[in-house]
Amino acid sequence: MSNMKPSRRQVLGGALLATGLAGRAARGARPVVRIGVLGDQSGPYREIAGPGAVACVRQAVAEFGSRDFDIEILVADHQNKPDVGVGIARQWFDRDGVDMVTDLTNSAVALAVAQVAHAKNKVAVAAATGTTEITGRQCSANALHWSYDVYMLARSTALQVVKSGGRNWYFVAADYVFGRQLQGESAATVAANGGKVLGTSFYPFPGTTEFSSFLLAAQSSGADVIGLANAGADLVNSLKQAHEFGLSRRMHLASLSGFICDVNAVGLEVAQGLNLTASFYWDLNERTRAMTTRVRPTMPNHAPPTMAQAGTYSGTLHYLKTVAAMGLPAARDGAATVERMKATPCDDDAFGSFRLRADGRVLVPAYLFRVKSPAESQGPWDYYTKLATTPADEAAPPLGRGCVLVKE
Amino acid sequence: MFTIFGIPGPLLFGQLLLGLINGAFYAMLSLGLAVIFGLLNIINFAHGALFMMGAFVAWMLLNYAGIGYWWALLLAPLIVGAFGLVLERTLISRLYKLDHLYGLLLTFGLALVIEGLFRNEYGSSGMPYQIPSALQGATNLGFMFLPNYRGWVVVAALVVCLATWLLIEKTKLGAMLRAATENAPLVQAFGVNVPRMVTLTYAGGVALAALAGVLAAPIYSVNPNMGSSFINTVFAVVVIGGMGSIIGSVLTGFGLGVIEGLTKVFYPEASATVVFVVMAIVLLTRPAGLFGKAA
Repeated sequence: MSNMKPSRRQVLGGALLATGLAGRAARGARPVVRIGVLGDQSGPYREIAGPGAVACVRQAVAEFGSRDFDIEILVADHQNKPDVGVGIARQWFDRDGVDMVTDLTNSAVALAVAQVAHAKNKVAVAAATGTTEITGRQCSANALHWSYDVYMLARSTALQVVKSGGRNWYFVAADYVFGRQLQGESAATVAANGGKVLGTSFYPFPGTTEFSSFLLAAQSSGADVIGLANAGADLVNSLKQAHEFGLSRRMHLASLSGFICDVNAVGLEVAQGLNLTASFYWDLNERTRAMTTRVRPTMPNHAPPTMAQAGTYSGTLHYLKTVAAMGLPAARDGAATVERMKATPCDDDAFGSFRLRADGRVLVPAYLFRVKSPAESQGPWDYYTKLATTPADEAAPPLGRGCVLVKE
Repeated sequence: MFTIFGIPGPLLFGQLLLGLINGAFYAMLSLGLAVIFGLLNIINFAHGALFMMGAFVAWMLLNYAGIGYWWALLLAPLIVGAFGLVLERTLISRLYKLDHLYGLLLTFGLALVIEGLFRNEYGSSGMPYQIPSALQGATNLGFMFLPNYRGWVVVAALVVCLATWLLIEKTKLGAMLRAATENAPLVQAFGVNVPRMVTLTYAGGVALAALAGVLAAPIYSVNPNMGSSFINTVFAVVVIGGMGSIIGSVLTGFGLGVIEGLTKVFYPEASATVVFVVMAIVLLTRPAGLFGKAA
């Protein structure tokens, strides 16, 4: 692993400089479009989006180039508290003239901020958000959902692993909404495709660091796949302990919500063989590699973007293109802009060509990956081998689900 | 295959052994806390952060200096212990004459600052740290595969706990320490440098936390929050064992590990709560803890 120290400072320094320049430009006569990046800058999800999402938004702005308006980027930390997130969003919309807010890590914060965006008629692009509610019962004419949701992660992983022969499952799931939703979605997919769920351990969240009991229960159940319905440090701990107990050699491990930063955190020695799903991987094709090469110098620790960070890039770029096409006074109407974004086909280096659905969900394929062994890996961040692709319309949750924007 | 309460025997034995292994971590962490509380009367809320520092120093030694696990076992406690020494001299020593609560607030604040600094520098995903090659693999015990590393953790924890108990209860140095907590001016009158002894005791307790951190690095996620997920349970262990009782915290650590392990078999959802249920029952029946001296 390379020395990680200087890069974050450079990024922050660069960020300050860029904000300063943008601020100076804003004092000119040209109109300004303001983008707010509201995410977890200091907590458990900062690697998933955090400072890297800011770098990706800046990259999108840089690539969009100069048109007849200036672009200003604001950054804030919602600390995973919905009340803090809502407070910042209100201030941004009311006082600072922010037009679009993105990142929105943490489902609770994202849902709350999307409501504010709707009330103020602004644009919310959720790019690091798990919940399917953004495009379900709580959907609005002002919100879009980029990158992924728990439905996609659970369904793609469960479907493709069952198809490749992993029929008997045991789930180790965090005992709260996120873990239960992941487990429920994947268990349904497993059952619907001819697989069997032999058992589930719901463990207390937060506060569990020791997973070996659940892993051994999974082993003695006779299952051949362990589905890990957890994230972050819990996922890292389960993987480390599964490796320690030799489970990764005897059984398939499938993460229902793993990110490339989690794989990086455990290392390939431990994570090898793990199945997980993503809609973006930096080494997927020529375009993703090109995009990654451009953004990496400004990323924290020069890490390639996660799918959430790639989503903020893609969402910002599509938003700016739409604003340019509509012209500025018209694009101040958030709902109209979102409508136009849905009507316009998207194309960028992160996700290729794709479109947005009536409920605001982005339609991108989901890829099932297997984590490489240390011997297979050619260099830093060469972590995944692509195993299967779930087409875009199958990877997204069914249209409808109580969303008022969808006409029955 | 035989079953006990509907659970297959091998699974149950496996879980009992796992409980014992987890108990080893509780015992080692609560040991340091008990030493610091018993001898200094400081409720060291920074213990989890110092445990985390132990794991991180092991990671840094490996990645910046190429120093492996075995040397880290020695060096990380020394480095973090030295950090504890500085903390005690510059900050904590000013609070001995004040109420316990001030020490609690100070150490809690320190924990937040230390964790925040690490999060800022290293992010929150964590760092990879492998099991040393000599301890990889597992041994077949008949009813389960015991990873060799876990076996080593139990042995190491038992040795450290026993050594600490012997040092404090059976040596002259330990006798002086205990005397100093009872009546510092008198011990000082015999020519013993009490403040220095207190500083070294704090550093020693901190070094124990760091040692547990190094032992934990290969099996738990090495991230800035790793201490906070342990510290609640560990405080419960110290309270149940009796604040300041070394033997109490060690036995309770292992015992609660086993109870928690069994709960994971019968009703996993309650496995994080069971420790606190035990704590409530103990506090109702024996307010000073199982091994504590009544005030």
